[in-house]
Amino acid sequence: MKPVLIAVCAVTLLMSGCSRKSKQPGPLQATATGAGIVESSGGKQIGYAGMLLDQPVVVQVNDASGSAVAGAAVYFSGPSDVGFAPAAALTDSSGQVTTTVALGRQGGRYKLTASTRDASGKKVEIQIDEIALGYQQTVGAQLNAQYCVRCHDPESTPQRVSNMDNLSVKPHSLTEGDTLNKMSDADLIAIISHGGAALNKSPLMPPWGYTLSKSDIAALVAYIRAVADPPYEAGGLVYAQKWVGKLRL
Amino acid sequence: MKNKLHALWQLFFGDSARAFGSASVILLVLLAVAPAKNHFSQWRHYQKQYLRLIRGRADAVTLERHFQGGIQQIWMPEQQVTDRCTTCHLGLKEASLADVSSGAFRKHPVIPHSLTEFGCTTCHRGQGAATTLQEAHNATEQWEQPLLPAKYIEAGCGQCHLENQTGTPFLNQGRQLISAYGCTHCHTIKQPDGTYIIPDDDPPSLKHIADKTTREWIYAWIKDPQAYASTATMPNYHFSDDDARDISAFVIAQSTPMEPPVQPVKADAKAAADPAAGTTLYGQSFCASCHAMQNAAGILVGGNVGPELTGIGTKAKPEWLQDWVANPNHYDPGTMMPHYRFDAKQVATLAGFLESKTEPDFVANVHLDPATPEQIEHGKRLVVENGCAICHEINGIKKPENFAPELSRIGSKPLNQLIFVEGVEHTLPDYIGAKVRNPRAFGPSLKMPQFKFTPQQVDAVTTALLALTDRAQSQPPAMRIASVQQTKYEPAGRAGQLMRDLRCLTCHMINGHGGDMAPDLTWEGTAVQREWLTQFLKNPETLRPALIRRMPKFNLTDSEINTLADYMMTVYQTPEFDSDSLPMSQFTSAQVEQGRQLFYSKFACQSCHIADYKNDKGYIGPALAAAGKRFNAAWVYHWLKDPQALRPGTIEPNQHMTDDDARSLTAFVMSLKSGGAQEAMKK
Repeated sequence: MKPVLIAVCAVTLLMSGCSRKSKQPGPLQATATGAGIVESSGGKQIGYAGMLLDQPVVVQVNDASGSAVAGAAVYFSGPSDVGFAPAAALTDSSGQVTTTVALGRQGGRYKLTASTRDASGKKVEIQIDEIALGYQQTVGAQLNAQYCVRCHDPESTPQRVSNMDNLSVKPHSLTEGDTLNKMSDADLIAIISHGGAALNKSPLMPPWGYTLSKSDIAALVAYIRAVADPPYEAGGLVYAQKWVGKLRL
Repeated sequence: MKNKLHALWQLFFGDSARAFGSASVILLVLLAVAPAKNHFSQWRHYQKQYLRLIRGRADAVTLERHFQGGIQQIWMPEQQVTDRCTTCHLGLKEASLADVSSGAFRKHPVIPHSLTEFGCTTCHRGQGAATTLQEAHNATEQWEQPLLPAKYIEAGCGQCHLENQTGTPFLNQGRQLISAYGCTHCHTIKQPDGTYIIPDDDPPSLKHIADKTTREWIYAWIKDPQAYASTATMPNYHFSDDDARDISAFVIAQSTPMEPPVQPVKADAKAAADPAAGTTLYGQSFCASCHAMQNAAGILVGGNVGPELTGIGTKAKPEWLQDWVANPNHYDPGTMMPHYRFDAKQVATLAGFLESKTEPDFVANVHLDPATPEQIEHGKRLVVENGCAICHEINGIKKPENFAPELSRIGSKPLNQLIFVEGVEHTLPDYIGAKVRNPRAFGPSLKMPQFKFTPQQVDAVTTALLALTDRAQSQPPAMRIASVQQTKYEPAGRAGQLMRDLRCLTCHMINGHGGDMAPDLTWEGTAVQREWLTQFLKNPETLRPALIRRMPKFNLTDSEINTLADYMMTVYQTPEFDSDSLPMSQFTSAQVEQGRQLFYSKFACQSCHIADYKNDKGYIGPALAAAGKRFNAAWVYHWLKDPQALRPGTIEPNQHMTDDDARSLTAFVMSLKSGGAQEAMKK
């Protein structure tokens, strides 16, 4: 009898020691439902692969008349390696849910969804786009902040006064996909390396080819492609490539 | 039952022929186990999947030509790398596979290293020799270090790269935080190149603290430093009310008066009558270059070299403020703050302005009875126990040694040497992160205090710590890129003394020693004309229109200015060229005209520089309207030819000019003598 008892005790002990407590949270008990969900802030951020976004993502649930609903359940989802804290929550008294987002480990565009259910149980959702910079784009982002941003970014802060308004020919913002997406990589590299004059554009853009290395310039192009809005589709129009050849750059 | 078994035995092993046959079959089956295991192994499965993937693609032929079956291995014994990762990760080098959704076969993102020369586990960790997914990626009994999570991947770079790199902003930030928050006051961190991470938070000495502030303020401060100033780097020790009372009692009790003593505020020291004069003087002296202060809207404005001044009037006693503003060297000979040489009226004005910056709420609820000897004794014990003297100089307490564990190899710490607590995942990055985030969660008796980090800062510090691995210490020294260390350069002689008094090196770098807030002055003597330099030291004019941080006016005497100018003009000369090699008389008016054309059309210098305040607006480089009075012609010429050669890291692009173009541009720039910004404003 005794050995059996000891064995039972041992097995119980072992099992209780080895078993892992499951930390699955229970489903959210929504106290209200809304008719729509909107993004309050935190979309279209430029973050880094695998890292937390600077700003949290905030969404708001509204009822049919557009006023905020407190106590509605909001669920966030995205590609498998994107982390949300919290991934699901009830809206607060102002109808909002705030979540911090850690982007996935690949550079690129992340499409995240925030969803809630309306009174009939139907899912309503919005899509929130975020950009993650990989290694090369990160190098480009740093170089951009050091060399390019003061002329190419119209936004002025006391710490960094924009020079854009001082230029007779306005530079393109580097996020300006409508224009920059039409230029081939070769064109962008040529303009950055040899200056605007090399492509019959304004000489106000100086040549950087003797200051930055080839890999630096490739990183800048990678950054420009990563942050383009609307997004850059590789292998698009390359109409300019023909006459790049003629210029013998 | 027994009979049946017997019959079965008889069937297979009844006689020698049967036994031989059966044994042969068993042997064959046993022999087949090994090849079968191999055939059904996980990596073959992945290779088959990969082949299926590439056969459906347009460039299948190329990809198939690159494909090599069987176990692949990167072997570098001197770096302790045996990586078989490429057995399954077959598309790492295939540019066309950048868009593949399966992580296993996707192209590796662009990095500056060749995968075959550096291996995979060097940066990513994990078990390189393993050939199953579980063993290669996750922690096993024999292999404690799983793959490094993506958010810490820059720790891989930090093993060899001890310098700041463009591509690793988080590693740089983590290392900067470790210095700025003074982690290495307690924890020694010896980097693989033999250098130490030096704290740069400069905690104040407490030897004369009673001259500076009150016991009530100290009490409120040690209870919660960030409640006084959100930018404070001092951590929170979570002291109880009684402990804070006793520590404040001891800190005041140990304080001795300064030598010579602080003068009481003189009744006749009159501040300027205009109430705005203090604000103006604060602005004119460019205090905000180093000190931050909350403005009316509650937004912090200013630099982070010195402490935040939002509530300085609550913290500092009026007589101490006067003493400090008059000459900071008196209270703290090691301070980074320059000696401004204000006159008595200016001192009173500025001190009065600072006094008016109060945060009365901070000490409003602090009421302390006079300290008893027991309280002071208890306070002293707490100060010793908590290691306050590691950071602060305190009378009668020796700086303790080895107060906290060394962290030089924390990135390879075996997990069995760590004590985990509930809620912390059983991995090294999670342990370090949790410890940085909330050390007291590991037990209330732990001494490590609570730092105020954002989640992103916690990740950055963790990244920097994870880079401190055994591999980093043991790999061949040739792999390392050493950290950039400051030199011990100090200017010599009487000028040197003056420059130390003015703390030139707090902002300017000279010969590899100094700050990065203002231009490097190593070759300033070549770059400028003596007359301009004396004028500038007397009354610094605005050189860069868009900059907030500017050279302050130190109220120097003529003889002091001459000493400085003489020294700089003689000593800070470049050996690269002769500063007299381009005399002004050499330039013709045709060259000046040619240079003007080049300035405005070919090189479009006006996008960043102002040559003429009437037409040009460029805001990035220094204004050049009076460049002819400021610069040396040979310097301008060589600068135009290659700016980075004269000042590494300057953002002026190298335009690869011909000698003739550079000469003409120099002629034009040197012809600009119309006056500085102030004159232009007056017009």
